[in-house]
Amino acid sequence: MDLESLWFGIIVFFWSAYFLLEGFDFGVGMLLPFVPKNEAERNVQIETIGPVWDGNEVWLVIAGAATFAAFPAWYASMFSGFYLALLLVLFFLIIRVLSFEWRAKSTSPGWRAVWLLANAVGSYGAALIWGVGLASLLYGVPLDSDGDFTGTFWDLFSPFSVLAGITFIALFAFHGATFLTLRTTGALLERVAARARVLSIPALVLGAAFLATTVGVAMHRNDKDLFPPVLPAALGIAALLLAAILVRGRSGWAFVMTALGTVLTVVTLFTSLYPRVMVSDPTFGNSLTVENAASAHYTLAVLSVVALITVPIVLLYQAWAYRVFRHRLGGDEPASTPAAPVSTQPEV
Amino acid sequence: MTLASAVDLARLQFATTSIYHFFFVPLTLGLGPLVAIMQTIWHRTRNESWLRLTRFFGTLLLINFAIGVATGLVQEFEFGMNWSVYSRFVGNVFGAPLAMEGLGAFALEATFLGLWIFGWNRLSPRLHLATLWIAVLGTWMSGYFILVANSWMQQPVGYKMVDGEAQLTSVSALLSNGFALRAYVHTMLAGLIFGSIVMFGICCWHFLRGREVDLFRSAAKLALIVAVPATLLQLVVGNRFGEAVTSAQGMKIAASEAQWNTCQPCGFSVFQIGGFTADDQTPKFAITIPRLLSYMATGSFDGQVQGLNQLQQQEQRAYGRDNYIPDVRVIYWSMRVMAIAGVVMFLVAAVGAWLYWKRKLERARWFLWTAVVAMALPYIAATAGWILTEMGRQPWIVQGLLKTADANSPSVSTTWLAISLSFFITLYVALLVVDVWLMRRYARLDASADPEGDAPAAAPAVGY
Repeated sequence: MDLESLWFGIIVFFWSAYFLLEGFDFGVGMLLPFVPKNEAERNVQIETIGPVWDGNEVWLVIAGAATFAAFPAWYASMFSGFYLALLLVLFFLIIRVLSFEWRAKSTSPGWRAVWLLANAVGSYGAALIWGVGLASLLYGVPLDSDGDFTGTFWDLFSPFSVLAGITFIALFAFHGATFLTLRTTGALLERVAARARVLSIPALVLGAAFLATTVGVAMHRNDKDLFPPVLPAALGIAALLLAAILVRGRSGWAFVMTALGTVLTVVTLFTSLYPRVMVSDPTFGNSLTVENAASAHYTLAVLSVVALITVPIVLLYQAWAYRVFRHRLGGDEPASTPAAPVSTQPEV
Repeated sequence: MTLASAVDLARLQFATTSIYHFFFVPLTLGLGPLVAIMQTIWHRTRNESWLRLTRFFGTLLLINFAIGVATGLVQEFEFGMNWSVYSRFVGNVFGAPLAMEGLGAFALEATFLGLWIFGWNRLSPRLHLATLWIAVLGTWMSGYFILVANSWMQQPVGYKMVDGEAQLTSVSALLSNGFALRAYVHTMLAGLIFGSIVMFGICCWHFLRGREVDLFRSAAKLALIVAVPATLLQLVVGNRFGEAVTSAQGMKIAASEAQWNTCQPCGFSVFQIGGFTADDQTPKFAITIPRLLSYMATGSFDGQVQGLNQLQQQEQRAYGRDNYIPDVRVIYWSMRVMAIAGVVMFLVAAVGAWLYWKRKLERARWFLWTAVVAMALPYIAATAGWILTEMGRQPWIVQGLLKTADANSPSVSTTWLAISLSFFITLYVALLVVDVWLMRRYARLDASADPEGDAPAAAPAVGY
């Protein structure tokens, strides 16, 4: 395989890792206003992702930087073309980041309600815009012969991209719910499990519709054959179907299936895109491809060595972090972050 | 009506967001190791007061770190959003250290800081301490890769030009760029100065209030042990860094001295009125120290420093007709603001250490107030330093290779820029207000009581 395609694959891996991980912490955020019944439960629900959300978001930083380094023309066209959409993403992510650190810093109910809402709004908003943005890469946006975007903000909103945005929300809400069934106990667990069963239906329906449509869009707008996109799409639908079945009793396996469903959704989108990285519409010939957007061979070779050394190490210590924080959290057990900014004592 | 151009707005936005980002980064760089040292002392001695200090300053570190992360994401996106021509031009070279930063450094700091914050009860004390040191290592590695990227814009190395874009030819040349190594030492020292001066200022504030004096005396001692050598060393390193700039960017040095004509030996202008524009090259009034500029720029008291007029002629011959002289007034003053702030911080640290040694620190109220106010100095110095570095490079975005005016995103209209600029200013001002409110609230907390005052005084208070 040539280095350009290898790096396309690596970037797909980074986006997959990002949505697999941040997908459930978006989901946990989306459910914050609806599932917990009191302050203790809200604290527990936030703490399920408290130690790991920043490590999850790292994969976005990595995906962005890797795109810059390996496909400068793709990075330049996408980030400048999707300007206002990315501005919105930044807004949603920033209020979300701050909600984690700042919410616990005061006990005032108003303050806490505001930051809880910020977390939820940030989670819905970021999921929606990511769906719209990534789907637009495939659906096509107007590019000139230099690869510069010539459209308006509204060119990003096609029926397909809006479907993608809504699907991302439904998928991550379900993924977050199955995650919570693994990390909570007691009354909160019961309510989360019930919520996961309900959420499995929209996730399955929208997910299946989106995956099938993606294959169609790939064939009609990106000159692709039915195969290979149909393969990850079919597997993705199967994973979501299994998740919907398993969530009625086997919550651990349901989480594995929502994780798989999320990854396969990302993989379907990018498989449908390859060998293009950004489709131009109406002038298809201006599309950016893996070849014309990539860095030179030497840069890609250097990056390959860097990725080969660092990615396994990052995966290892992140897996260890998840192992450290694998314990279920319940309303009756004191959380390891203080509910009030001051109440915790370390065990010394 | 002449409105600002797209390039002007893009520059203003990048300047605003990166200066703001850099309010939080160096404090994290400096406070991180200081908190890690406190926890290490607690780990070794089991002295409860060091645990309380760890948690007290750890909270400030985390409030600050959150904004650093949030605003850092903006920086990464902004290259592509606002500077698409630049991104295509440099991506082959400039993208590599950013990718290395993400994979090798940021992942480390984000993951391990999470482990540290939530790991008090889950990890053994030794392992828990290690997570903080690893997170600190991550922040320091992160700084290196970012400065490698920035330094390539100041002094491009290890590349060749192919079809109008820069391509990497030597990653070792990129990573060992002399400019980057000097910038790294300068910036990490700045981080330590941030951490120690802010920590010292907070201690002095507690002395003024007369609360927890014994506890904060230990912290003040630690802060001074770092601040005195760091501020002193920075005066030397900053000067050496100037020499590196002289060889890579003569225009920047000449502008920072408002040196219009080549001189040998050259006096250092301490203060001057006028003499900042091509039409007005002779100052109306100036205080000059003979030969000092020669020494600062070249390391020799007889060194030659090229003047703006001569450099302008050289660059015109090399690159065509244009104005290659940056805004002399801004560069001249930003250099002096940075240097004066650096000297004052050294004096604050040195006087503080002397008072501490004489056991008079807690009662020297005039000095305590000075130290509290001095917490603003690292922020002023860092901002002036970056203005000098980035505006001193103009009109280039990559020295000698690409001009700023040619580098912005053609697809981003002034309307979009106006929207995003107002957005960032509004959001960032709001965040700053909340951040200062939170930092104040936590910094004035007695390390043993909570803000609502209902925790038992014996508790090692202030969680995260």
